[in-house]
Amino acid sequence: MPGPQPVEQAKVTSAPGSPVTVLLRTSGGESSDRVFKAAMTACGLGVLGVLVLIVYELISGSGLSWHAFGFKFFAASDWDPVNEHFGALPFIYGTLVSSFLALIIAVPLAVGVAVFTTEMCPKAFRGPLSFFVELLAAIPSVIYGLWAFFVMIPLLTHYVQPFLHKTLGWTTLFDGPSFGLSMLAAGIILAIMIIPIISSITREVLMVVPQHQREAVLALGATRWEMIRIGVLRNARAGIVGGIILGLGRALGETMAVTMVIGNSPQIAKSLFAPGYTLASVLANEFSEATGDIYRSSLIEIGLALFLVTIIVNALAQLLVWTVTRGQPARGNA
Amino acid sequence: MPEANSKIALHTVPPISLRRRVTDHMMTGVAILTVLLVLTPLVAIFGYLVYRGVGSINWAFLTQTPKPVGEAGGGMANAIVGSAFILGIASIFGVPFGVGAGIYLAEFGRNRLGAAIRFTADVLNGVPSIVIGIVAFSIVVIYQKHFSALAGGVALAIMMIPTISRTTEEMLLLVPQALREAAYGLGIPRWRTTLSITLRTATSGVITGIMLAFARVAGETAPLLFTAFGNTFWNLRYDQPTAALPLQIYVYANSPYDDWHRQAWAGSFVLIVLIVSAVSAVRYAVRRGSFGAA
Repeated sequence: MPGPQPVEQAKVTSAPGSPVTVLLRTSGGESSDRVFKAAMTACGLGVLGVLVLIVYELISGSGLSWHAFGFKFFAASDWDPVNEHFGALPFIYGTLVSSFLALIIAVPLAVGVAVFTTEMCPKAFRGPLSFFVELLAAIPSVIYGLWAFFVMIPLLTHYVQPFLHKTLGWTTLFDGPSFGLSMLAAGIILAIMIIPIISSITREVLMVVPQHQREAVLALGATRWEMIRIGVLRNARAGIVGGIILGLGRALGETMAVTMVIGNSPQIAKSLFAPGYTLASVLANEFSEATGDIYRSSLIEIGLALFLVTIIVNALAQLLVWTVTRGQPARGNA
Repeated sequence: MPEANSKIALHTVPPISLRRRVTDHMMTGVAILTVLLVLTPLVAIFGYLVYRGVGSINWAFLTQTPKPVGEAGGGMANAIVGSAFILGIASIFGVPFGVGAGIYLAEFGRNRLGAAIRFTADVLNGVPSIVIGIVAFSIVVIYQKHFSALAGGVALAIMMIPTISRTTEEMLLLVPQALREAAYGLGIPRWRTTLSITLRTATSGVITGIMLAFARVAGETAPLLFTAFGNTFWNLRYDQPTAALPLQIYVYANSPYDDWHRQAWAGSFVLIVLIVSAVSAVRYAVRRGSFGAA
């Protein structure tokens, strides 16, 4: 992978005077080597330590709520800080529905973009196009929220929601008044936010599909689309699924943009026009104001649930991406 | 030889049917359509940011602190400086730690422990930022008994570490083994080789990683909500609540006042300019620098 490197790099380190003698003069013996290795190992272990710390704090912080509610915490649907009854079901529901809605919208678009950039796009556009899509990933969540609140929501209430109600109203998914702040809005903004992740991972995975596969399929007389379908997409399936799951992980934990558009109302409604609430949003809105011990503990338990779900989802995604790109420099052939 | 082959192929392969050709063109069209659909919100967001943001930025916005509720005017100067302050604290913790972990992974981490740390870093990368906020709250705010810049910095540092350590590792691995061997051959001890030769050769790549981590956490709001908390006045004390640009944008966007909405757009514009210029600078530096990593 490193390949032959330009010679200048070696020169950089040997240019000023005779650094070798300097290095020899100032360097200690083996004991300093051991200290160095220990220090670096400590930093490495620190990464493990951070994860352990997160788990420890979340578990110890949520103990009170766990003892009070047990498993019922995840099955009860009342959230009543005044009477200290806490159930997380509406938040779990909101998180799942908004994230899956986002996936339904994002996956075809993201995969389409990735296929276009790797297989169809003229070489000259390839760089700029992937750069623009990556720019989407660099926009902070709060700016997505701001834009969604002031620009997207009015568009939804005036055009999209009436249209959906008229054409797909019979499914009862698009019932009720269109206030704008809704599960639908959260799903759409999440979709916009996770497209760059899914599409950049899909692109990486598509690029490690060996060129021979494409040539072999073309040699059999396939058209370009057939080549992509049979030679490329089929081989990259596991990796693409990994990218999708990684996007799901991001959507589940996304906080600010969702909080600004979902309406923040702890209810379980069938209609996507109704407001909802997510695990992350309730933390954002209520954590700093949670006064009672059991209230705060319940919120930390929500954090723990969110943490566990995203960890599992991410680990799964990592495994899937690894099975495809393992052993190959995934970004070597950009 | 290729020519001869293609001639044979032309005669033996049956002509492509109309249906297959139509499908082929249709799928190309669909792919182009998806690109347009994805680029539309990007263009819309940037366009709107520039349209609302540029018009809203003025001297007062960049130099004054917020006015009391309902009063027009004022600015986000304290939030801009506060953001820089919190990011500075985050870097003090996050950068040495992350680079150290990266050095461990690249130089000593070809074993089980290394694999475990690598996996942990990737997993940490996916932990929702709001959860990291809870942890920073539990380990800093609870003990200090009030919200503080330090707590915000700790939260952001935790978020920077995985990115920095993984990119540092990647960049160090790009340094040719022969360079290390040459140093060992001269009798230079390992620590000196790593710091003065390997790390120094990879400096531009390592800085790239740090900048990317920086850009990523600079726009974070969720972990600051109950750590740095926000402040309407100047504060440069590590143990006091501190304003941050993303926090201020969030608060102003949720307010009912038009002038605050205007300032939220202006703040967003400033934030995005800072982040995009950092990311583009990194991209440019990477392409120009000695490492063709991207």
